[in-house]
Amino acid sequence: MHIVVCIKQVPDSAQIRVHPVTNTIMRQGVPTIINPYDLFALEEALKLRDVHGGEVTVLTMGPPMAEDSLRKALGYGADRAVLLTDRYFAGSDTLATSFALSQAIAKIGETFGRPDIVFTGKQTIDGDTAQVGPGIAKRLDLSQLTYVAKIASIDLDTREIEVARRAEGGTQLLKSRLPCLITMLEDTNEIRRGSLQQALCAARSQVVKWTAADAGIDDLTRCGLRGSPTVVKRVFAPTARAERAAQIDTAERGLQDIADELIADILTRRPALEHELAFNSGT
Amino acid sequence: MYRAPVEDIAFTLKHVAGMKSALDAGRFGDLGEDLVDAVLGEAGRFATEEVAPLYKIGDEQGAVLKDAAVTMPPGWKELYRRWIDGGWNALSGPEDHGGQALPTMLGVAALEMWNSAAMAFGIGPTLTMGAVEALDKHASEALKATYLAKLVSGEWMGTMNLTEPQAGSDLAALRSRAEPAGDGTYRIFGQKIFITYGEHDFTDNIIHLVLARLPDAPAGTRGISLFLVPKFFVNDDGSLGARNDVFCSGLEHKLGIHASPTCTMIYGDGFQGARPGAVGWLIGEENKGLACMFTMMNNARLAVGMQGVAVAEAATQKAIAYANERRQGKAADYAGAGMAPIVHHPDVQRNLLTMKALTQTARAISYSCAHAIDMARVSDGDQASHWRDRANLLTPLAKAFSTDVGVEVASLGVQVHGGMGFIEETGAAAFYRDARIAPIYEGTNGIQAIDLVTRKLPLGGGEHVHGFIGELAAVANAVRTSNLQGFGRTADALDAALGDLTQATRFLQKLSADGRSDEALAGATPYLRLISLAAGGAYLARGALADQDRIALCRFFAENLLGEAHALKERVIDGAESLAAAGKALISA
Repeated sequence: MHIVVCIKQVPDSAQIRVHPVTNTIMRQGVPTIINPYDLFALEEALKLRDVHGGEVTVLTMGPPMAEDSLRKALGYGADRAVLLTDRYFAGSDTLATSFALSQAIAKIGETFGRPDIVFTGKQTIDGDTAQVGPGIAKRLDLSQLTYVAKIASIDLDTREIEVARRAEGGTQLLKSRLPCLITMLEDTNEIRRGSLQQALCAARSQVVKWTAADAGIDDLTRCGLRGSPTVVKRVFAPTARAERAAQIDTAERGLQDIADELIADILTRRPALEHELAFNSGT
Repeated sequence: MYRAPVEDIAFTLKHVAGMKSALDAGRFGDLGEDLVDAVLGEAGRFATEEVAPLYKIGDEQGAVLKDAAVTMPPGWKELYRRWIDGGWNALSGPEDHGGQALPTMLGVAALEMWNSAAMAFGIGPTLTMGAVEALDKHASEALKATYLAKLVSGEWMGTMNLTEPQAGSDLAALRSRAEPAGDGTYRIFGQKIFITYGEHDFTDNIIHLVLARLPDAPAGTRGISLFLVPKFFVNDDGSLGARNDVFCSGLEHKLGIHASPTCTMIYGDGFQGARPGAVGWLIGEENKGLACMFTMMNNARLAVGMQGVAVAEAATQKAIAYANERRQGKAADYAGAGMAPIVHHPDVQRNLLTMKALTQTARAISYSCAHAIDMARVSDGDQASHWRDRANLLTPLAKAFSTDVGVEVASLGVQVHGGMGFIEETGAAAFYRDARIAPIYEGTNGIQAIDLVTRKLPLGGGEHVHGFIGELAAVANAVRTSNLQGFGRTADALDAALGDLTQATRFLQKLSADGRSDEALAGATPYLRLISLAAGGAYLARGALADQDRIALCRFFAENLLGEAHALKERVIDGAESLAAAGKALISA
């Protein structure tokens, strides 16, 4: 079984601050980490490999320094790491990123064996779009399983997979086919601690580095800034609301009484409302 | 709670103890800074997240003996399993038996972290590594094949059985006997005490290395042989067979390291099997046991030195955290509302900085000793013997100074906590209790000082130590010529201390040459502290020259603590006569 896990090196948002005047993110001196959501995907992939055998390849697109994140992933026990790095990728939005990653995954398939599952995290903590995973699935024509809370079963003979997907108001149990793309939810597992052997192995092993050309990308207009239709018009810090919502205990009194009281309270504060309400209801 | 100071450790290894230049010169094969950082980072995570949380329960509940079986504190067995599964026991083990053969420097750095997190945990594997070393160097191929791989991985643990009730520091007095059984094995009889991790439930088998006398052995230390005695016999297929005739008959109630089982071991009391006697196999040659033991004792001394550094680090972290929280009184430099956090009071600052500075000097000395061991291993000829001499010179410093610092710093830690420090709840007292054993075991600090004066000062015809002092003086000179403002009077203080050191060294060397060794020994302990403080000051300066953020602590040490060097020199030179006179008159029975 071959599993590809897409990870992203992000600034540690816990240590990031926004410039009070320009509203831009102050990245200087902020340490980078693996996007925390990706760690749930990586751990899930490692667990599947441990049970079913095979290999885990981690993939990231980023500047040369993103190699640090890949080495960390190798330290957790990933078998191979691929760094997609090229100045043509600079300024990519989610459309261009999912294009480049899908091309790289196709190339990984040709080079190291076709992946059965591609994992991504639910979203990244710096962009919060949750679009790259689905974008990859669409381009590679993979079954798309998003917000997965649990992988219930995988049958490598029938190539069937069953997962629990968290949806609004409940959990969906989905059955699908391999190959598929899974975006993994947070708090579904805990990333393992690397052993001494893995730390040594990670520091000693080579990270595969591909340029756009190496990954077989011909159409550079679909990469980086040129391939990114998203435009940031304005960045602003939202102002916090002054008032907080009140919580009312409904255990002791009837809902109708509470509602009547609240309406009476509002009308005492804003007497004009009573007039408007009467006008609108036509009485 | 303890957080492994990975950055401090890495910095000291690389920029103070000499690892960086060795790595850059390719002295350790493919080992590079990346790899060093990766290993230290993961070890730090394990120590912080896994070991440290189990410290308290280990201290409170301790190891428990029932029916000759020892149960470790709740969670400790699982902790040990995770630790060996992480591969940490194999860090410095020989490669052909599954070890990673990483340099001693990395080994001691990791050891520091295990011991900071829980000293009672850190001590166990140290003995296994000692057993691995002794077997690797001296045992037959058959014994190696049976035992080494499992000791390297940590699947089995090892012990060192030296002490007997009448034979503590003086092993010449030991009485345990070994009789040849006629089949190549021996039957061991006797009682051993203070055997660390002699019995426990961490592993299925325990491999005891035991010193005993053969029937016709000469008296004294020349008649001691070393034997391997497994708790369970090992079948040809590697599975475990019958129980050997060695049992734990008692656990000591100790001041500290409660979770480390300190056992009385009975060999050959006839509990087991038809024929009494614990079955043992000879390691090395007959009557050469002490030499085999000593190959591992040097490293064991450094390892105990790391315990001193480790407890000092943990105590310092706890005290700094407490001093930032606890509020009492007003302080000139505190402008906030209410009472000032006690960290703002000059006297508390002095305590905390003393703790920090002493911890870092002990760490620097110990890592430098490890560096010398590594360099001796990868060098040839004159270079190899130079580094061997250096390791030999620094070993008693690493052991004795660091463990004294452990006690001193842990005691200051209690002081910073005030009344709460005397209450067990804060954990400050536990460090103090734990730290107290380290100046005693693995050769008392008094014995380390004797070793330094009688065996280490003569190294290289008496010149090695002066070469060392010369290197320290070069650091002082670099501080002077750096023209960095923050150093204050550091260079002067270092020069003065090194001058005192040179004078005391020549004085002791002359006494020894004149055959007045009793007078020399009277000054041994103050001399050991003198050379350690002078070296430590120079090491802090070396670090400060590499990273200017470290200048302030270096200067604090030079201007507040290094002055002690002068008083120590006077005790070395002028103390012997009054000591002898008073000793004779007042305390000799």
